[in-house]
Formats: sequence, C-alpha cells, structure tokens
Amino acid sequence: MENLEQFRKDTQEWLEANCPPEMRKPMGPRDVVWGGRNCIFPHPDAELWLEKMGEKGWTCPTWPKEYGGGGLSFDENKILQEELSAIKARPALSSFGIWMLGPALLEFASEEQKKEHIPNIVKGKIRWCQGYSEPGSGSDLASLKTKAEDKGDHFEVNGQKVWTSYADECDMIFTLVRTGPQEPKHDGISFLLIDMDQPGVTTKPIKLISGKSPFCETFFDNATVPKENLVNELNKGWDVAKRLLQHERNMIAGMGLGGGSAKKGKAKPVTSGMATMAKGYVGEENGKIANPALRQKIASFDINSHAFSLTMKRASEESKSSNSGPSAASSMFKYYGSESNKLRYELMLEAMGTKALGWEGAGFGPAELAITREWLRTKANSIEGGTSEVQLNIIAKRVLDLPQ
Amino acid sequence: MSLVLNEEQTFLKDSAKKFALERTPTTHFREVRDSEIENCYNEEIWNEMVALGWAGILIPEEYGGSNFGVAGIASILEELGKTLTPSPLFSTAVVGVSLVNHANDVVKKEILTKVAGEGLKLSLALEESNHHNPKKISCSIEKEGEDFFINGEKSFVLDGTFADKIIVACRSSNNESEKDGISLLIVDTNSEGLSITPTKMVDSRNAANIKFDNVKSSADNLIGEEGKGFEILEKVLDISRVAISAEMLGSALQAYEITLDYLKERDQFGAKIGSFQALQHRAAIMFSELELCKSCVIESVTSFDEGSNDLERLASLAKAKVGEVFHLISNESVQLHGGVGVTDEYDIGLYLKRARVAEQIFGNSEFHKNRYAELTGY
Repeated sequence: MENLEQFRKDTQEWLEANCPPEMRKPMGPRDVVWGGRNCIFPHPDAELWLEKMGEKGWTCPTWPKEYGGGGLSFDENKILQEELSAIKARPALSSFGIWMLGPALLEFASEEQKKEHIPNIVKGKIRWCQGYSEPGSGSDLASLKTKAEDKGDHFEVNGQKVWTSYADECDMIFTLVRTGPQEPKHDGISFLLIDMDQPGVTTKPIKLISGKSPFCETFFDNATVPKENLVNELNKGWDVAKRLLQHERNMIAGMGLGGGSAKKGKAKPVTSGMATMAKGYVGEENGKIANPALRQKIASFDINSHAFSLTMKRASEESKSSNSGPSAASSMFKYYGSESNKLRYELMLEAMGTKALGWEGAGFGPAELAITREWLRTKANSIEGGTSEVQLNIIAKRVLDLPQ
Repeated sequence: MSLVLNEEQTFLKDSAKKFALERTPTTHFREVRDSEIENCYNEEIWNEMVALGWAGILIPEEYGGSNFGVAGIASILEELGKTLTPSPLFSTAVVGVSLVNHANDVVKKEILTKVAGEGLKLSLALEESNHHNPKKISCSIEKEGEDFFINGEKSFVLDGTFADKIIVACRSSNNESEKDGISLLIVDTNSEGLSITPTKMVDSRNAANIKFDNVKSSADNLIGEEGKGFEILEKVLDISRVAISAEMLGSALQAYEITLDYLKERDQFGAKIGSFQALQHRAAIMFSELELCKSCVIESVTSFDEGSNDLERLASLAKAKVGEVFHLISNESVQLHGGVGVTDEYDIGLYLKRARVAEQIFGNSEFHKNRYAELTGY
C-alpha cells in the first residue's frame, strides 16, 4: 500500500508537470486524437500531450514495458485513471489499436510482430481499422469470402470488406481472409495485417441514417501483403478474431455506462443527467419531473444503469484476481450496454419532444441536433461487434452451456 | 466499496449453504407447510440456527452476538433463500435486532442476550394499508405516568403470529403521512388488549393482523425519543430491505438454476428444449439480469458495513432491481417448465409464490423506483 501511495504522489507530480492546461479543458467530438501517419491534431498541445504520454507508455498503461507499454499493475492503473480524471485530462490517444488489435497481438503475435506493431500503437504512429464484415457475411461472419493466395514471398488479397470504421483515414487494416477454401468455414480463415498505402486497397465511405460516414467499404484488388504479416498460424485466424471481438464488445459495452450511478466512497450522490434534462424540457413539480410516466421510465433506466456500472466494476475486480481478461461474459456486457445506450437516446427523444426531431439549421440548438444524430447512430450499437441476438446465442452456448 | 466477499463472510456463506442443503432443502419447507404446525417454521431448526450464532450476527459482542455485520447475515439469507427455508431469522435477527440496537442499555441487554442465547423472537408491526408506506401511521400512542398506551390496528406483521415481542410503529403527534411524530415501542405479545389474527399467506408463511386496544408498555421500552422514531425506522428498514434482497436473490438464482436444468433435460420435437433459440434468448436475458442483481446486493450489503452516505439509495436500488428480476424469473420459470410448472409436485411454483410475498416486504419495485428518483433529486 505504501508503494501505491508513493506511486500516486509521483503520478500527480508527473501529470502536473506534463499535462498541458489546454488538455484539461472539456473536449468536443472533433478533439479526439486518433493518431496515425496523417494525424490531425486539434491543438499543438494535443501533439505534445500524446508525445509525453506515449513516451511513458501511459496511452496503454497495463501493456508490457518491453513493447513500449506502461507496465502498470491493476492497482497502479486504477490510480493513474483516478488522477487523470481528477485533473480532467483528455485522453491523449483513442484508437482501435489500443482497444482491439493490441490486446489480441499481445496474446497471439510473434515476438517480431509485437516489437514492430505494439510500440506504434502505444505512440499513435499507426492508425488501424478492422476488416471483418463483408456484404454477404454479417452475423454469419465465418462465411467470409475475401481470399488471400500464397504467392511465394507474399499473399495476394482480393475481395471486399464493409463497415470498416474510419478506413478512409487509416494506415493499416487487420483483416480476416480465407486461406483454406476447402476447409470447414471456421478452419480456413487467417488473420492478416495489411498496409492500406498501396494501389490494391481502396475505400469508399458509407452514408448512414445519421448523415455521417464513420464507416467505409474497403476493396482489395490484388493487394500484396508480406508473409511476416500473418498473425498466428495459417488457417488459425478465427481464434484471434474471436478474442479480438471480445475486446471490441467490452469497448462497446462501456458506452452503456453513465446515468444515475453514484461515485463510491464518501462522494455525494450524482444527480441523474437524464432527469436534469427532462426537467428542462417537460418542467418540474415539487422537484419532480412533471410528467410522471416519463419520470418512472427514467428511474427504471437510472436503476439499470447504476446496476450495470456496478457489474462492470465487479467484473473488473474479479478479473483482477483471476487475471483472465475478457471472456464469454463480455457478450453479456455488450448486449446489456448497447441495448441500454439505445434506450438512453430513446428516453432523451421522449423528454425533448419535437426539439429532438430537427435535422439541421434554425430552430434547434447544436446540442439538440447532436442528440438527434447520435440517437440514429446508437441504432448500430446493437448490430456492430455482433448483434444483440448473436450475443444472446453466445451466452446460451458458452456461459449457460445449453444444448445446440 | 468492495464487490468481493471477505474470508469471514465466505465462511458464513459456506456454512449456510451446507445447512440449507443438509437441514432445510425444499423438502423441509414442504414438510413444515403440510404439517400441523401453523406457524410454518420448525422450532428445532430455529434452535440450530441460534446455536450457530445466526440470531446474533447483528448483535454487539457484549450482548452475546458476533457483530459480523449486514454482509454476514445477508450471505446466510441468500443461501437459505435458495431452498426457501422458512424461519424467524429475518424478522428477528435483522429487523427486530436492528431496532432494539437503538433501545436503552437495560432493554438492549435484556432482549438481545435472549435473542442471541435463547432465540427470543421479534417482529415489527408497521403497515396499516395494503401497500408499504412507513409514514402512513395512525395507530396512536399516549403517555400516562411511566407507561404508554397503544390503540389501533396493524397488518402484514411478519412472524407476528408467534413473536415474543413486537416493536410497534405508532403516532404520538402530527397528521398521518408526516415523518415527525412517529414513536417506536416494544410490546410483549402476551399483553392485555392485544389480539392477533394469523393470516396465512400464499407462500405459506405467516403474517398477522394485530389489534391494539389500550395495550400498555413501560416508557423504558421506547426506542429512540418519543415522536422521533422515523429516522431509526428508516435506517432499520434499509438494512432490512437489503437483507431481504439478498434472500430474494438466492431464491431467484435457484429458480433460474432449476429452470436451466429443466431446459437441458426436457425433450420435445426430438430435441432438448434448451436447444430452441426462442428459449435460449430468454435464458440469456435472465442470466444478464441476475448478474446485475448480484452486483446491487453485494454493493449495498458491503456499503452498510464499510460506511457510505448513499445507503438509502443503494437499499432502494437493490430492492427495486432484485424485486423486478425475481418477478421476471418467477414468471418465466413457470412458463419454461410448461405444464409441470403449475403442478404442486414441482418446486418451481413455490418460488413464484414466495416471490410475490417477498416483493411486497418493505416496498415493492415501484415504491423503490420512486424513492430512488426522489433521492436522486427528481
């Protein structure tokens, strides 16, 4: 415990000296730093902050030091996160490399691959996207057809991926390809790391109902991939894919957090953000939301949110003792978190009435318009990373051991 | 708050688990239910619980208890809930003891040592209407010399049929539904003017309707100050809500286990019914809901022992969430059993009946959603 107290002190001092003031201000969606070869920093201080945090390995605090990570223990990382939020520091780097690819590489990649790719994720030098789904392979992901052929010193890749997040801004894509056309479908898939900076790879944004285009289609036309970019053995890509999906599901589950959860310990209960908003739009009577039916729905939502965030906390404490990382239970978090996030936006719409139904221009505040667009975006939460129905299938099979 | 049990709590949970399996499986509940015993508990089993020290878990050591805390008694109740063990443990060791812990030292010594040592049974007479409402009290109390006199009626008094002493929530002053003016008084059940009507509930447990006609009790038996009992009452109700949530969680977990086993055994259309996606999804949703319930119970339980300024909200969180999920699971379990689910032979129906009664104890989900909203500032 004494060491931890010392660690807290050192962390406070380091953050005080290295976190620029500009990086302690609230951030908008455009202020997210995604890294990459062509990274656009919203502010010079953002670049400085990423450099400092990257050197320390604190963009990936618990990853091993030998690959550039922070090498922190569970408890040390908890302290770091507490201290970061105490000074309201912005995340120095956000990326699919951190949330999804890195953990899978640490588990499955060769020593050379780790040394090459992990430090670039930690320092934000390379921005990654995910090449999983295909037009004909959504929930039935393992039916994918994009093929990679052995050409001696390299693979040649042909086919199409879809729902590749931010592919038009990314440097590399981790991709599931078919290498064993004769094998049963799960046993003919390999996991390839593909550089997108070549003529054989092109992308095209997909316009969503929200009006935005966070996703792309990605086309492979005789794309070449060096042999050393195969992760895990040939035709053993599905094992990597499943593991990576668990990390993705945990990430999406985290979006379901928030609402009426109280800070632990001595802190005063936090007022529900949703309730405050509802009071603003429907009025209040004796301190209560004026519409009793809406109030009841918000109370149910807040109770579930509170219970869900306690469950995330419990799972993290339990995994600390078993040191096992995400498991099939991540499907439970993905299911509950994404359904809960959808409900959050439906309730906001209900509270705001016609104020939540503006598309653009006059008559609506920027925050209102953003909620409308985000409401539309949340409809993908229970589809991406495996639909809610697929998550329930996984729980039934892997957790409950129900017959197939 | 810690979301993992410590060694002491794990030990209590393990011994309660063993006790429930060996001494009070559901066949024990059926035996008591179908016997001539009207009170739906077995004195011998109760004495064993007392000998194990369970009645004294919330009693300070100086009065013969172990002071193992809310987490201790909640762990036991969760295990007993799995087999629907009927006993005076909740009313006496949780509700009664927590109230008497606020009495004067002489009364504490007299009552608590008897609870811990001899299994003296306690009960709280609170409700006056069909829904939980701790402020809605009109049962009156008046002082004459060194004595108090109570007049009025109470209903849904858990274990009121056989308790040795009853703590009565009554009104000294002010209007019905006000917090101020509520007093708590300990009364002997053999007092003159007290008439008890046992009411047999759908879960076969007893509650009682009690009529007080100028029932006398000495001023020493007052818990807290006259007219200022509400704060103590609320605190005790919150401990009790969390404890009964733990018991309900145990029952819900077991009802779910039984159902899951049935899904893996039952053949229809040439397949195990658990292979049907329509049923798998319902089972998976219940699994998720139970995980949330576990977190609510353990967080609220440990918050009492570790100290938190959010206890009231956590108690309402637990009772609201567990009540809702036990309700869901008790309904779904019967449906997923098909025809045998509505037979008395299968245990699953017993959980349905218990669920509805337990949901009502000290506030159902709607009551606690409303309270949670109030405590959160809306």
